[in-house]
Amino acid sequence: MSESVAAAIPARADRRVWLALLALLGLGVLLLVPQLAAWLGKPFLVGVFTRFAIYALAAVSLDLAMGYGGIVSFGHAMFFAVGGYAVGIIASHVAEAAPLLGWAGSSSALVVWPIAVLASSVLGVFVGYLSLRTSGVQFIMITLAFGQLVFLILQSLEAYGGDDGLLIAHRAEWPGLGRPSDAAFYYICLGGLALWVGLLHRLVRSRFGLVLRALRQSERRVANLGYPARPYRLVAFTISAAGTGLAGAMWADYGRFVSPDMGSWTKSGEFMAMVILGGVGTLIGPVLGASVFLGLEQLLTGLTERWLIVFGPLLVLAVLFARRGLIGLLVR
Amino acid sequence: MLLVLEQALNGLQYGALLFLLAAGLTLVFGVMNVINLAHGSFYMVGAFAAAFTVANTGSFLLAALAAVVAGALYALLAEVLVIQHLYRRSHLDQVLATFGLTLFTNELVSLAFGRTPPFVDIPPLLRGSVEIVPGLSYPLMRLAFIAAGALVGLGLWMLINRTRLGMLVRAGADDPEMVDALGVDTRRLFAGVFALGGLLCGFAGVMAAPLLAVEIGMGERILITTFVVIVVGGVGSVKGAALGALLVGMSDAMGRALIPGAVAGLLPSHMADTVAGGLVSATTFLLMVLVLLVRPRGLVG
Repeated sequence: MSESVAAAIPARADRRVWLALLALLGLGVLLLVPQLAAWLGKPFLVGVFTRFAIYALAAVSLDLAMGYGGIVSFGHAMFFAVGGYAVGIIASHVAEAAPLLGWAGSSSALVVWPIAVLASSVLGVFVGYLSLRTSGVQFIMITLAFGQLVFLILQSLEAYGGDDGLLIAHRAEWPGLGRPSDAAFYYICLGGLALWVGLLHRLVRSRFGLVLRALRQSERRVANLGYPARPYRLVAFTISAAGTGLAGAMWADYGRFVSPDMGSWTKSGEFMAMVILGGVGTLIGPVLGASVFLGLEQLLTGLTERWLIVFGPLLVLAVLFARRGLIGLLVR
Repeated sequence: MLLVLEQALNGLQYGALLFLLAAGLTLVFGVMNVINLAHGSFYMVGAFAAAFTVANTGSFLLAALAAVVAGALYALLAEVLVIQHLYRRSHLDQVLATFGLTLFTNELVSLAFGRTPPFVDIPPLLRGSVEIVPGLSYPLMRLAFIAAGALVGLGLWMLINRTRLGMLVRAGADDPEMVDALGVDTRRLFAGVFALGGLLCGFAGVMAAPLLAVEIGMGERILITTFVVIVVGGVGSVKGAALGALLVGMSDAMGRALIPGAVAGLLPSHMADTVAGGLVSATTFLLMVLVLLVRPRGLVG
């Protein structure tokens, strides 16, 4: 017995060293992306890596709910879309000099992005409050349904482009940067991702995170210790919505375009796929998952326009055979 | 008044379609504890099989046969290759694997049939309409759809409550391990239930083909509404699926009939259209929220 414990401790330590090394190496490469892209003569890579940072942010946020909270949300694209539309709608009012509910609007990212995060958080509280009355498979179905509702509402917003979506004339401005260049914008997104992962890292190790993880393992025991399940889960769900909304705001400024497709159910599925491909219940897993997803997309769309015909079965195989995701394969 | 009656019939017809899809989905969940996103794919496969057969033979009867066979076979194939390995997995794994299956099926069908939606004509026997009450004539095809939904509902009830197979299905839903221990081959039982779900999807596909657009992605849109039906009715119960399908079908149809007029009276015209459009598509989901607030576990169960 004691031998197996002794053997288990270095294994765990190994695992940590491994992960830390991997994270450092990844960070080093990520910091040099604009330089590397210029050196390779492939400037489009900056865009690819910006997308990576944004998707990773959404995936990590989703994993807070899914992996740590045990709340399987299949509607997270709604927060992504609402964050994006908040940025898009404010930008369109600024461009047309038409006040929005009496407010002249703003073109500063430090004003617009927090509003986007706030909007998706409010939606998160609302949807979470209603959906968390159920659990398990019903919760999955209900979040999917709410996601579809948001999608349909965005489609019917004729004033903001309806089905066709909304073009954004200019990126929001940053103090000292003005309208950020592609490379500067990449660093902003990467910084946002790093900050958010750091924040979540502290959160899941806090008292709150402990209760959340304990709830996932046994709701009854935790309830008997005096911690009510729903408020904790609702807070986790809302924080998760906030992070996904921030990713949506980034996405809007990245492509300078928002459309209802940001909130389509397949987008929710893609976010889930990133989390699972990478490894549920870790913070680095979803980041890896996002990079694998984008890598596959980049690789397969290069081969065929119908890349989903390959990606679909790959996803099935990953679920059947790589049970703990990429993290599970890398670190045994 | 006539408008309300007509919309009530439309609601019944939509409810019948939803029931055909929800019955299989809820059975699969009740018996095997599997959430299957690819259920909508079986419906799409059925509709495309029907369209293909009609285009090549001109016979709607053959098309119906092709649709149910294609739906059942594709479901069986999916069960054997993928789903049976997911029975003991988490819902999360099931969602993701069947999501992959859906993406694959969509591309496969568009590869096989091209991107232009095929057109399916209403069969000659069901063309035209009947005058139900003076002043209201209603298309025969839609009436046939309602009748088919009712017949399938009756048949399923008989199957589940009056046959040995139905007894096993009910027992399997309660305690699969005990059924297994009693010597029943649950592997085959589960595969059979799954294929039955696929068959019902195929049937829904051929019935819907002349009325709705046969296109890629048709399965997922209605699948999400089918989930609402199941949540409203109570997960795992066929009776709940019937009740939920009726409620969702009716509230959708009534929403379409009544909301635009009501909103036009309240709001200036340039806003009314947008708001009414949004509200109409939200009716189904509002019903879900309402039921959820009162009975989180659904109406039945």
